[in-house]
Amino acid sequence: MSTNWRFLWVHVTVVLALLLLVMPLPAAVNLFRPDWPLLVLTYWVLALPHRISIGTAFVFGFLVDVMVGTILGVNALGYSVVAFIVAANYAKIRNFSILQQSLLIGLIFAFYHLLIFWLSHFLTGVSFRMAYLWPVLTSMALWPYIFLFLRRFRRKLKIQ
Amino acid sequence: MKPIFDRGPSLTLRLFMALLASVGLITVDHYTDASVQIRSYLTASVGPLFYLANLPQDMLFGASEQFKSHQKVLEENQVLKDTLLLQNGQLQRLQFLQQENDKLRALLGASPVTEGKRLIAEVLAVYSHPFSHQIVLNKGSNDGVTVGQPLLDDLGVLGQIVSVGPASSRALLIVDNTHAISGRIERTGLSVVAEGIGQADTLRLIHLPHSTDVIEGDRLVTSGLDGVFPEGYPIGRISKVQRDARQPFLQVNSEPYAKLDRIRYVLLVWPHHGTSVADPQIIAPESEESGKEQR
Repeated sequence: MSTNWRFLWVHVTVVLALLLLVMPLPAAVNLFRPDWPLLVLTYWVLALPHRISIGTAFVFGFLVDVMVGTILGVNALGYSVVAFIVAANYAKIRNFSILQQSLLIGLIFAFYHLLIFWLSHFLTGVSFRMAYLWPVLTSMALWPYIFLFLRRFRRKLKIQ
Repeated sequence: MKPIFDRGPSLTLRLFMALLASVGLITVDHYTDASVQIRSYLTASVGPLFYLANLPQDMLFGASEQFKSHQKVLEENQVLKDTLLLQNGQLQRLQFLQQENDKLRALLGASPVTEGKRLIAEVLAVYSHPFSHQIVLNKGSNDGVTVGQPLLDDLGVLGQIVSVGPASSRALLIVDNTHAISGRIERTGLSVVAEGIGQADTLRLIHLPHSTDVIEGDRLVTSGLDGVFPEGYPIGRISKVQRDARQPFLQVNSEPYAKLDRIRYVLLVWPHHGTSVADPQIIAPESEESGKEQR
C-alpha cells in the first residue's frame, strides 16, 4: 500500500464518525450524543499535525453543517478553531497523560460549543440552556477510548 | 519529524483563511436567497450517507419483526382490524358531513375545502440539536415533494419541508427556533402566531395583548393564513398562561400535539391550490364579500 492510499483511512474514520452523528437515537439519549467527528478529527490532528489540520477540519465542519442543517459555515468555523488550537499545541498535548488530555479536550470542546452557541444566538436568537453542554462531558468520557482505539488503528495501518 | 514536503502557509494564516471562508459561507447562507438552491444540491449529495446511517436501526427493526411470536402478530392484527372498523365507521359519517359542508359553503358562496394528495414518508435521520430541530425524510423530488410542503403525524402538525433532493428531503419542525406558524385558538377563533423556541415540547404565542381571552387547555389549530399549512389541523394545547403586568405582552406557551421527539413516519400533504381555479363561479362572490369587509 502506498502512503497516500493508507492516508485515505483517516478520512474513512471521520466519515464513519459523521454517520454516528446523524444516526437516529431515542430522544432520551439524544442530548448526550458526543461530538464524534470532532473527537476523531482531534485525534488525527494530534497525531499528524502536518497533514491533517485546519483545511481538513474546515471541510468536515462544512459537511457537519450540511448534514445537521445548521447555517452553513457555523460548524466549519468551530472545527477550524478547534483544529488550530490542537495543531498549534500538539507537542504539549502529546506529553500529557490521557486523563489530562481528556480534561483539556473538555475545555476545548466547551469552547467549541460556546462558539457555536454565540454564532447561533447572533444569527437566529437561540437562548442558552445548560443541557447544551452535555456533549462536552460525554466527549470527555469517550476521549481515552477513542484515543487508544485510533492509536492502535494508526499503528496497525502504519499511517504517519 | 522530518519535513519531507513543503508545509505550506503558516497555521495562523490558514486559520485566518478558514475563518474568512466560514464568515463568507454564513453570510451567503443567512443573508441571501441563493442558499435554497445550493442546499437542495447539498442535501442530494449527502442523501446516501443518511441511508447508510439508518441501516443499523432498519436492521434492528427488521430483526425484531422477524422474531415476533405468532401469537403476538395475531393479537396485533386483531387490534388493527378493530381500529380499522371503528375508523371506517367514523369515516362514513365524515363523508356525509363533508358533502353537507360543501353544499352549505356553496350556498354561502365560500370555496369548498378539499383534500389534497397525501404521501407517507419514513424518517431517515432526526437531528434535534438544541439549536436546530430538523428531520430528514426518505422521499424527495422523485416523489413530487416540494419546498414549503406541510408535514403531519397522526396527532398534529409537525413542520414543513425546507430543502429537497431527488430521494431525500429535509424538514424543519415547528419547534425550531427559526420557525413560526399561524394558528387560531379554536374556542375563540382568535388568530395567533406560534413560534418555536428550540425545545421539543414548547411553542410560544407571541404579541398577545393582556386582555386576550385565552386559558390553559385551549386547543390551537392551524388558521391557513400563512399560506403554508392547510386550515384546521391541530397544533397544540395551551399549556401555560402567565399574566405579568410588567411584560408588554401576555406570556402564553403551547405544547405541540405531535410527538416531536419520537417521529418515525410522517404524512406529507399537498396543499390544494387547484380548487379555487377549477370552480371560478364559487370563488367570485367570496372575493366580493371580502372586499366589502375591508371597507
